Amino acid sequence: MSGHMNLTLKIWRQKSDKEKGKLVTYPVQNISPDMSFLEMFDVLNEQLITKGDEPIAFDHDCREGICGMCSMYINGRPHGPKRGVTTCQLHMRSFKDGDTIVVEPWRAAAFPVIKDLTVDRSAFDRVIAKGGFISVNTGNAQDANNIPIPKTDADAAFEAAACIGCGACVATCKNSSAMLFVSAKVSQLALLPQGRVEATARVKNMVAQMDEEGFGNCSNTGACEVECPKGISLENIALMNREFFVANIK
Amino acid sequence: MSKLDSKIPEGALEQKWENYKSSVALVNPANKRSLEVIVVGSGLAGSSAASSLAEMGYKVKVFCFQDSPRRAHSIAAQGGINAAKNYQNDGDSTYRLFYDTIKGGDYRSREANVYRLASVSSNIIDQCVASGVPLAREYGGMLSNRSFGGTQVQRTFYAAGQTGQQLLLGAYSGLLRQVGLGNVEMCARHEMLDVVNIDGKCRGIIARDLITGKLERHFGHAVLLCSGGYGNVFYLSTNAMGSNVTAAWKAHKRGAFFGNPCFTQIHPTCIPVSGEHQSKLTLMSESLRNDGRIWVPKKHGDTRKANEITEEERDYYLERRYPAFGNLVPRDVASRAAKERCDAGFGVGASKMAVYLDFKAAIARYGHTQAVKLGVHNPSADELKEFGKQVVEEKYGNLFAMYEQITGENPYELPMRIYPAVHYTMGGLWVDYNLMTTVPGLYALGEANFSDHGANRLGASALMQGLADGYFVIPYTIGAYLSKEISVKAISTDHEAFVAAEKNAQEIIDKLFAIKGTKSVDYFHKRLGKIMWDKCGMARSEKGLKEAIAEIRALRDEFWKDVRVPGTANDFNPELEKAGRVADFIELGELMCIDALNRTESCGGHFREESQTEEGEALRKDDEFAYVAAWENNGNHTYELHKEELKFEAIKIAQRSYK
Ligand SMILES: Cc1cc2nc3c(=O)[nH]c(=O)nc-3n(C[C@H](O)[C@H](O)[C@H](O)COP(=O)(O)OP(=O)(O)OC[C@H]3O[C@@H](n4cnc5c(N)ncnc54)[C@H](O)[C@@H]3O)c2cc1C
Ligand code: SF4
Ligand code: FES
Repeated sequence: MSGHMNLTLKIWRQKSDKEKGKLVTYPVQNISPDMSFLEMFDVLNEQLITKGDEPIAFDHDCREGICGMCSMYINGRPHGPKRGVTTCQLHMRSFKDGDTIVVEPWRAAAFPVIKDLTVDRSAFDRVIAKGGFISVNTGNAQDANNIPIPKTDADAAFEAAACIGCGACVATCKNSSAMLFVSAKVSQLALLPQGRVEATARVKNMVAQMDEEGFGNCSNTGACEVECPKGISLENIALMNREFFVANIK
Repeated sequence: MSKLDSKIPEGALEQKWENYKSSVALVNPANKRSLEVIVVGSGLAGSSAASSLAEMGYKVKVFCFQDSPRRAHSIAAQGGINAAKNYQNDGDSTYRLFYDTIKGGDYRSREANVYRLASVSSNIIDQCVASGVPLAREYGGMLSNRSFGGTQVQRTFYAAGQTGQQLLLGAYSGLLRQVGLGNVEMCARHEMLDVVNIDGKCRGIIARDLITGKLERHFGHAVLLCSGGYGNVFYLSTNAMGSNVTAAWKAHKRGAFFGNPCFTQIHPTCIPVSGEHQSKLTLMSESLRNDGRIWVPKKHGDTRKANEITEEERDYYLERRYPAFGNLVPRDVASRAAKERCDAGFGVGASKMAVYLDFKAAIARYGHTQAVKLGVHNPSADELKEFGKQVVEEKYGNLFAMYEQITGENPYELPMRIYPAVHYTMGGLWVDYNLMTTVPGLYALGEANFSDHGANRLGASALMQGLADGYFVIPYTIGAYLSKEISVKAISTDHEAFVAAEKNAQEIIDKLFAIKGTKSVDYFHKRLGKIMWDKCGMARSEKGLKEAIAEIRALRDEFWKDVRVPGTANDFNPELEKAGRVADFIELGELMCIDALNRTESCGGHFREESQTEEGEALRKDDEFAYVAAWENNGNHTYELHKEELKFEAIKIAQRSYK
């Protein structure tokens, strides 16, 4: 069929975090440009299974860029060459016939490999559990329109809240810093009047947990913003730094 | 006597829930600490239930198969959530939301439950806003609303096209707060493979740690299944790849009746299938029908491009057939109308299995209002278009971007091509007013239960139901049961029932590996999906359903003889997970067809070709079918029908009309 491609894939295979991994080469033929990157993986896995080999383990669920589960490091970039998309939203029309594509897992001390391209990102949940919430029990709420919130603040909070927790920011950072992820949650809640009440404790506790998980320091290179599929802005980091500074002089 | 007792409280409709709340038994704080509750699922229903119960003092354990509770499929909901706030002062009320939901569901849901749902809807919005969910606002700082299909008021709250994400992250943050406080134990990457019943009551589950492959036994005084819907029985659907029926199906095999399995929702606005490789379908939110107009060419087999077809040559068939509701008719009506046009040869796009959803008129309209707002006099045509696009982008930007990403076409310039796809399942585990299944101590919440949506769910009401169940219903209703369990000490997981259930789960896994067949799990899943879509999809007939049942039985035999599951059991093995899920889907598919065959009327999403009006509209048979079909599993693929008669006291039952 016209436009179909033949590609060479070099894919990271690793049985578990206890064993060493390596890149293994797999040719794939007849790939339609309308396929998504993960559908191309489906084709490859189908071939491996029918041959009696073990398929490649990778995380995915929604396949529409919202759950944050998919996480492939493609040709040296988290979520591949296109800006503003997740791995599952990447389509094969972004590649051309004859290309070699190298696919690796997220690499960070805080994200150990589970198998092949699957990593453990539970560190993110542990950071959220330390303060990424507003302490309001069910049934305590007042009428939702009692606190008017300026549209600009609500919109800014929403933009920060759009983070899908994928970890691309960590994967791309040479220090494996989680600042973009953590700051997105801190900003979202700091921008809303409901969230102000606990702002001081929140930023301190989340940062402490972030350090404990083994994420590195932020050296402000801005690589995370470039690779974030949801356009989470560096301004969040600036805002969090202010919050953190204020919290520590209080 | 019927085995079904819906336990609807006495009293007038408006008073039932109030009376219930003030008379239901309570559990004192000291006793709550020794009562353990298992929650399977961390979507809107599971997260909201788990955090609320933990706040109350119960010991809670939560399970999900994804790597984090934040990734439950609720995250993908786009359009919005309903609530009868009447912030728009357009005549909304609890009664109206109740009425629209019953009517939208084609009179196949339980009045008392739906009324309760409508009456707690306002509290949900309050709770979400208090927990930091950034819902859309107007310039004055107040919450914004949009309209959704099947209603004439604006009661839908939203966060751009990411409402589910924002609501779920809100519920998730509440859940993780309880995890941090030590009140909830979170078991991510765990899959529930069976429920454990002891002396007629549900007392726990068997779960597989998906990383180590180890089977685990977990005790609970009560178990809540919040495991989502089963749309993936069709293989292609808008559900996430992992969405499955296993939790509900295993519970069904252990005594929980399955309600209305054939009631599935086919959503009218999805991106059409592009080829054989397709692994899932993507929804374009129904909110787009607020501003998009649906049309096909008037000329049969027209192959011209959309913008070469003039206004006069376009058939806005929904506006033509249903002038009162136009493009905002309920989903089932819109889906069937699209199928009708495509089957008749008026479809568009390469496959001819698509219709247009066009934003040209909306862009022009918004262009004018925006120009006035911005004080631009005599704007040029290009300026107007630009202004219009800006407004549309603000409302639907992420959806438009998603469309372009998938199709490679720019929807600001060309109309979207859309076609119906499987989206939601109204059927599910039968539950009484307390949300308890037919197994004492086993509850079902959210999409996993047979729900309040009857035969068709209105848009923006699943999020509402999931959060209503979790935040506001179960915290009360579980007390009715647990208040009688306070003297029950935690049962050891060495109990023979746990041992037997684990053995059973292990045997299924061993059996799957032992087959060593030649075909992948997906191969069988795709075949099942095709049978279901062709014969138990948008239109169903006696002949088709009978064929489907025979084909599914044959497929089941073939699966158990020829599936190949690679790898080993004591390892992270996604193929094994899929194999177990598809095995359950195959069994469920048969029951769905049996249910569809039994229901010889058309209602909501269930359209029986034999039961339609002369104009091709669905024809309900209230004398015969005003009941919930609850199926009991008698083993060996045999099912027995129980009927819960539906009584309509507050609403006069009528044929639906959106004309
Ligand atoms: C694309 C899309 C858009 C939608 N848009 C809207 C909308 O705009 N408005 C609206 O009201 N509704 C919408 N819906 C419907 C709505 O999102 C769902 O019905 C609802 O979110 C379901 O929530 P839930 O909590 O019941 O289940 P889910 O969110 O599906 O969660 C299921 C949970 O169960 C877990 N689970 C499942 N099986 C097992 C198992 N065996 N073991 C362990 N854990 C298990 C999963 O890990 C997950 O945590 C949409 C649905 C889709 C697909
Ligand atoms: S900040 Fe961006 S890259 Fe980082 S986790 Fe969130 S969405 Fe992913
Ligand atoms: S699979 Fe959900 S974001 Fe990619």
